[in-house]
Amino acid sequence: MRTADLTVHEARALLSRGKISSTELTEALIQQIESLDGQLKAYLAFTPEIARRRAQEADRRLAQGDQAPLLGVPLAVKDVLCTTDLPTTCGSKILQGFMSPYNATAVEKLYAAGAVVLGKTNCDEFAMGSSTENSAYFTTHNPWDLTRVPGGSSGGSAAAVAAGEALAALGTDTGGSVRQPASFCGIVGLKPTYGRVSRYGLIAFASSLDQVGCLTKDVRDTAIVLGVIAGYDAKDSTSVNIPVADYEQALKSDIQGLRIGVPREYFTEGMQPGVAEAAKEAIRVLEGLGASIEEVSLPHTEYALPTYYLIAPAEASANLARYDGVKYGFSFPNAEDMWDSYRRTRQHGFGPEVKRRIMLGTYALSAGYYDAYYLKAQKARTLIKGDFDQAFARCDVLVGPTSPTVAFKIGEKVDDPLQMYLSDIFTLSLNLAGLCGISVPCGFVEGMPVGLQIFGRAFDEGVILRVAYAYEQATDWHKKRPPIEPLWIGKS
Amino acid sequence: MAKLSRAEVEHVAELAKLGLTDEEKDRFSEQLSAILEYAEILQRLDTAAIPPTAQVIDLRNVMRPDEVIPSLLLEEALANAPAKMEGYFKVKPILE
Repeated sequence: MRTADLTVHEARALLSRGKISSTELTEALIQQIESLDGQLKAYLAFTPEIARRRAQEADRRLAQGDQAPLLGVPLAVKDVLCTTDLPTTCGSKILQGFMSPYNATAVEKLYAAGAVVLGKTNCDEFAMGSSTENSAYFTTHNPWDLTRVPGGSSGGSAAAVAAGEALAALGTDTGGSVRQPASFCGIVGLKPTYGRVSRYGLIAFASSLDQVGCLTKDVRDTAIVLGVIAGYDAKDSTSVNIPVADYEQALKSDIQGLRIGVPREYFTEGMQPGVAEAAKEAIRVLEGLGASIEEVSLPHTEYALPTYYLIAPAEASANLARYDGVKYGFSFPNAEDMWDSYRRTRQHGFGPEVKRRIMLGTYALSAGYYDAYYLKAQKARTLIKGDFDQAFARCDVLVGPTSPTVAFKIGEKVDDPLQMYLSDIFTLSLNLAGLCGISVPCGFVEGMPVGLQIFGRAFDEGVILRVAYAYEQATDWHKKRPPIEPLWIGKS
Repeated sequence: MAKLSRAEVEHVAELAKLGLTDEEKDRFSEQLSAILEYAEILQRLDTAAIPPTAQVIDLRNVMRPDEVIPSLLLEEALANAPAKMEGYFKVKPILE
């Protein structure tokens, strides 16, 4: 087996027993990136020298018997999380070259756990998108089919993990941006409950929806990474002070008697043929493992998309007001006065999707329209959350497909924003309700991965991990690797 | 009601301090109108008695003790500044 195909838990076992050093492991990943990323373009900032230094540091700690959970493991970080020694651009020109004065808490926790960060991964600009085509730098390609998108907005992280360019990666999920790319790339993606992981140092898109999540090759890896990044943080006033469970302990294959709800609204018309069938087959596997299956209804599901596309842009319009060319980032030279400087900096620094959402959000919040749009959407949000509360009174978890289609072709949806938004219809509600969710691979359609989504109550990450693990251990999907090959073999 | 006129697009762009080309104004007028048209579906919901959800966790007034703790150093805060002078961010004139 190639070194790059190791999972985090396999690598940790080899590292602890001295069978491989972090330096060797990191070098193998560096070679993988050098030989593949020309085709994949998952990385925005690839920093092999920094990675080698951290690997050496990890080897020193390993020699002293340090057992930190990610010690020596090479990972990647989505470029919306602040790092002090690598640039943070959010996939935008307006932050080109920005060197953050502090690390995001989630990144600090990775470092404390001994992780070796390889670089920052590509994403849709300011995490706004479902395909990574909105990155101002370049599009990332899906390792299963280079003519297709990896999903978004955490497409770079997903592609990197699927192709062995990182053993795991951090992503962020505001409307599905960890789960949908995980689904498109055939890997595992988890969005924790809102408040479970600190948002300090996560460059804000929509403050009531954003969460840091992780992308991995299997569920045990998810449990390990979540255990590292989760936890109360005084620097994030939306961080919840609830103890972090031992997520690895939750990984049992036994789901006898677990009550699984299947929302009928998540099996709609207009889904790609084969996707619904793959999800239903997965549900049959779960039933075969002893879970009880019940159809439920989340009747306000059809309102999730318009609700999200009023709330998220409204919050984004406020969060992105800070990009004005004064404190950091791109600043338009030769403006006439300060206001002209603001207008031109933002005109030239932001891409079209970001501008669209700022406009939409500003409009929805403006005098005369606030009640009809933003306030209305916040009330619809209450109804959407209410649907989940009712379903969870009868069920332990809910399952359905992660996305209505498999990964689409690059360029297919860029000109139709609404079409692009529809790829998130099964993921958005979870962010609106603030609950936790995980996507695991459950099959293929036309050679492209399909994801099964498992939703849980707030802070029930242990339960969804258990269901995900049981399903994974009863199937083979998590062992499949994309057929991408280097165009040239390493360096001579 | 949902169709965004060019004048409204210009008004919103000014609120957001976003410079737009004429082409962008036309394109956004169309695209945003389509999105807002779609969002009209929310008007079907009877929300008269429903409270809004601003955030899903029930945290209120999260405070810390009023003690001075270390913060960003001046040099760190200015490190990425496009223009600075004597420890300040430098900007274009605000007043005529």
